[in-house]
Amino acid sequence: MKLIIAIIKPFKLDEVREALTGVGVAGMTVSEVKGFGRQKGQTEIYRGAEYSTNMVPKIKIEVVVGADLADRAVEAIQAAASTGAIGDGKIFVLDVGQAVRIRTGETDETAL
Amino acid sequence: MKLAMKIAAGAGLGALFAAMPALAQAPAAAAPVVPTDAMVNKGDVSWMLVSAALVLMMSVPGLALFYGGLVRTKNMLSVLMQVLTIVCVAGLLWVTIGYSMAFTNGGALNLFVGGFSKALMHGVDANTFAATFSNGVYLPETTFVVFQMTFAMITPALIVGAFAERVKFTPLILFVVAWSILVYYPMAHMVWYWPGPDFTASLPTDHGYLWGLGALDFAGGTVVHINAGIAGLVGCLVIGKRTGYKNEPMPPHSLTMTMIGASLLWVGWFGFNAGSNLEANKFASLAFINTMVATAAAGAMWAIIEQVVHGKPSLLGAASGVVAGLVAITPAAGFAAPMTSVVLGAVASVVCFFFVTTVKNKLGYDDTLDVFGVHCIGGIIGAIGTAVVADPTLGGQGFMDFTVIPAVAGKYDMATQLVTQATGVGVTLLLSGGVSLVLFLLLKFTIGIRPSKEVEVEGLDINAHGERAYNY
Repeated sequence: MKLIIAIIKPFKLDEVREALTGVGVAGMTVSEVKGFGRQKGQTEIYRGAEYSTNMVPKIKIEVVVGADLADRAVEAIQAAASTGAIGDGKIFVLDVGQAVRIRTGETDETAL
Repeated sequence: MKLAMKIAAGAGLGALFAAMPALAQAPAAAAPVVPTDAMVNKGDVSWMLVSAALVLMMSVPGLALFYGGLVRTKNMLSVLMQVLTIVCVAGLLWVTIGYSMAFTNGGALNLFVGGFSKALMHGVDANTFAATFSNGVYLPETTFVVFQMTFAMITPALIVGAFAERVKFTPLILFVVAWSILVYYPMAHMVWYWPGPDFTASLPTDHGYLWGLGALDFAGGTVVHINAGIAGLVGCLVIGKRTGYKNEPMPPHSLTMTMIGASLLWVGWFGFNAGSNLEANKFASLAFINTMVATAAAGAMWAIIEQVVHGKPSLLGAASGVVAGLVAITPAAGFAAPMTSVVLGAVASVVCFFFVTTVKNKLGYDDTLDVFGVHCIGGIIGAIGTAVVADPTLGGQGFMDFTVIPAVAGKYDMATQLVTQATGVGVTLLLSGGVSLVLFLLLKFTIGIRPSKEVEVEGLDINAHGERAYNY
């Protein structure tokens, strides 16, 4: 099993969700997050006061899939979330040791 | 509040009030007028009571939300509470001594302040009357008292924006009480006290100092805005900058609230300006349209400036422009023409923008919500500008000569009027600035006016009021 963490632009969430369900992913967890990479944030001006915020709002998607599905899921996210501009985000893939479905006690890939 | 008069009798240019039906009943100059119920117009009373309620709405919730949205979450309630409490206290003080100190004859000090003959509403009841600007037309005195009360409420509330987020509650309320007595009532008396159009001829010296000079202040550019603005500046200088000012971000916590507040201010301001005509007539209508278009011009102008300077027009900018326009048109509302009001509003926007961005940053004072930059500066632009826009050659209304009955238009000279207006501005700056300095220093070195750094950093809401604005 693999944990895929994708940081994407907020307005790309729907496209990414559709792309992932399209390749057979059955669920995901989404959070609103802030951060920075090469995209350095924006300047806010309130009357005369200027504040440069160095954090940019992003969406973090976490999804766990079977090892066989991981490559296709990563490709789907990458294709759906891309605009070609800096700030499109990153995808990380981690190994997952165990999964449990709380309701039934099913484990690992049957729990996904 | 009033169409000012000149004591020096000007040559009549034709009666502006010729159409006034009440004139037919106006007695000959020789017989003293005795106001009666028959001289009270139901339309006037209706409009003035609605106007009083509108001006209250400017303070609560208008000003409270406008200010509250601009502070940080931890201080939201402190601002709301300060404004609400000041409104209550100032209202009580008004019926106790305020009305009397502003609108009665002060004997030897009559040029500068009224007396105590109507303290605790002595002699004021449902059967007493207050003058308007027309011969033989009166309001119930209670209507006038409550309308003026709303002005005495909002003016000290305006001040708190200058040192928001770093002031102790009780010392602030003590300041407001002292400032109302020592500054507001004398200013209101100096600018707006007169015996009314039926009695000016027989009592030619019974008036406030600035009224007698012929200073034009229709709805309170000097009494309200310059007065509060300079007090705010002095306060923020004495109290000092917020902890972390310029080092940590202090963005407004809810510009949505600020937008709601600014919009309520705009709506309420029609009571403030058009209500200051005291009668529901064509001059109230003129003040109304002038208020509308000057404000629109100022709001649009601020957005344009930001588009040019920053590349993005901000909501806070447009809202600030709206307030600057309202402030600037206040003294001129009943004197200007609509298109000169547009110019006045736009000019005020440009100057106020310059003050709240460039001047404030250059000088480094922390006027938290720009009370000085918007109210004092906007008020000065308006007060001086009134001399220009009131000129009949520019479509203005000039001034009325009330020394004759019926009143006629006085002979207008813009240069003379500019000097008079500047005098009014100077007197306000000196009186309010000077007294405020003494009061703030007294508080600072006795009971203290600034909370501890720990309280300030944690926030005034939880420390001074024991509650939080938002419990998610």
